[in-house]
Amino acid sequence: MIDSASALVFDHVDFSFGQRSVLSDVSLQVAHGEFLALIGPNGGGKSTLVKLSLGLLKPDRGEVRVLGLTPDQARPRLGYVPQFATFRRDFPLSVRETVLHGRLGLRAWWRPLTPQDHEAATQAMAATDVQDLATRPIANLSGGQLQRVLIARALATEPELLLLDEPTAHVDTRAEHDLFGLLARLRERMAIVMVSHDVGLVSRHVDRIACLNLTLTCHTAMPLAPGVLENLYGMPVRLIDHGDRAALEGVL
Amino acid sequence: MNFIEALWAHEFLRVALAAGLLAALASGVIGTLVVVKRITFMAGGIAHAVLGGMGVAHWLGSSPLTGASVAAVLAALLLGWITRRGGEREDMLIGALWAVGMSVGIVAIAHTPGYSTDLMSYLLGNLLMVSHEHVTAMAWLVGLMLLAVFVFWRPLVATTFDEEFARLRGLPTLAIELGLLVTVALAVVMLVQAVGLVLVMALLTLPAATALLLSGSIGWVMVLAATIAAGEIVLGLGVAFETNTPAGAVIVLCSAVVYLLALTGQRMRRRRVT
Repeated sequence: MIDSASALVFDHVDFSFGQRSVLSDVSLQVAHGEFLALIGPNGGGKSTLVKLSLGLLKPDRGEVRVLGLTPDQARPRLGYVPQFATFRRDFPLSVRETVLHGRLGLRAWWRPLTPQDHEAATQAMAATDVQDLATRPIANLSGGQLQRVLIARALATEPELLLLDEPTAHVDTRAEHDLFGLLARLRERMAIVMVSHDVGLVSRHVDRIACLNLTLTCHTAMPLAPGVLENLYGMPVRLIDHGDRAALEGVL
Repeated sequence: MNFIEALWAHEFLRVALAAGLLAALASGVIGTLVVVKRITFMAGGIAHAVLGGMGVAHWLGSSPLTGASVAAVLAALLLGWITRRGGEREDMLIGALWAVGMSVGIVAIAHTPGYSTDLMSYLLGNLLMVSHEHVTAMAWLVGLMLLAVFVFWRPLVATTFDEEFARLRGLPTLAIELGLLVTVALAVVMLVQAVGLVLVMALLTLPAATALLLSGSIGWVMVLAATIAAGEIVLGLGVAFETNTPAGAVIVLCSAVVYLLALTGQRMRRRRVT
């Protein structure tokens, strides 16, 4: 059942925080080059699933395999973009220096940076369209720019699997739209798993949507069958499509 | 005799100046890390635990430097461990360590027979009383510290900036963070003896905070902070000498004025832009 050809495999995984069960019997396979969106209500276990993939958490039962390896072994080949910036925005660091941090862990830490490191950083910045900001301190960036820098940092590791935890939570619609364009271009080179809250926008770009609320159900792209979202969120939900932007609205 | 002439004439002033410049180097490098990592309060806790260590060492009849170093390293490891565990009212525990360290020192000093060194000299320090040997020891420690920061530069900056990301890239972040805290602790020990507790807090914060207003790159912030601290220490020493005022306090006030000027300058520049 464990398939080494897959980028990410969850095999009957259970996870709980103390008494509270967060994931129950979750099985999932993400192929190389696949773009999967993970949606679900808050507290449904989305971030937990990402943390299990990174090896930051260990499953109670079942197995997680990443690129055919354990998460710890595969970690140098993973790219990760956190939900909240886990650093201080006012830290005195330029965009280029930040992106170069993605090159850590590929070789022994005491080795100096090589021309390849700089080249990879330059390419990552070009891919996310932040090369013009290379010398800017990160403190001077807008939310959308910072988000692209964080993705560039993850890309600088030249990952085979890119994990993004709600990358659009703190940016405006325009930046969100650009981000999907960027990810669509990247998927030729890597598998992408993205946690999102925006079902409408996500569905236009991804191969598959996985709905997570304790258990996991997968759906191949749009349109989602009627009732799927209602079951997931436990309340009436309607998709609103205004022009090129679709949004999910909960009606309480 | 003005300060410049006095420098030529008096050996002790040159020693004080050397100690001050070494302290400035430490303040630039370590202070910058303390300020960007927001561990000023933790450094304060360590500094006051140092006083406890010195007192106990006096009472036991051993060298205060040993006592101070042991107390500083223990305090640093304790605080590092508390922070890693997270949640447990970290600030309260630091405050408690602060008070307990100081009280242990005062109790120990009070019960040490024949011990007469003025406690004030540990609080505000006396740069003018620093010995030749102490300056040599300071030079070694500062040299080692700069070497360590240079060798560990990338992992150190990455961990200080974003611990979770650094951990995911396979860096031993716990070891790096504890190493940083121990280095801060040793810097504090060195600085307390030369310039006193109060000036340690000032040197670890104000020059770096000023430099942060001027540059957005951590390497430059360190260089700038060290330069600013050196200028402030020379200025403070000069003013203290000419006006017969305690040097430590004058240096603190100089640093505060420079910081306020830099802050005002930045605000005015920003207003002009918008």
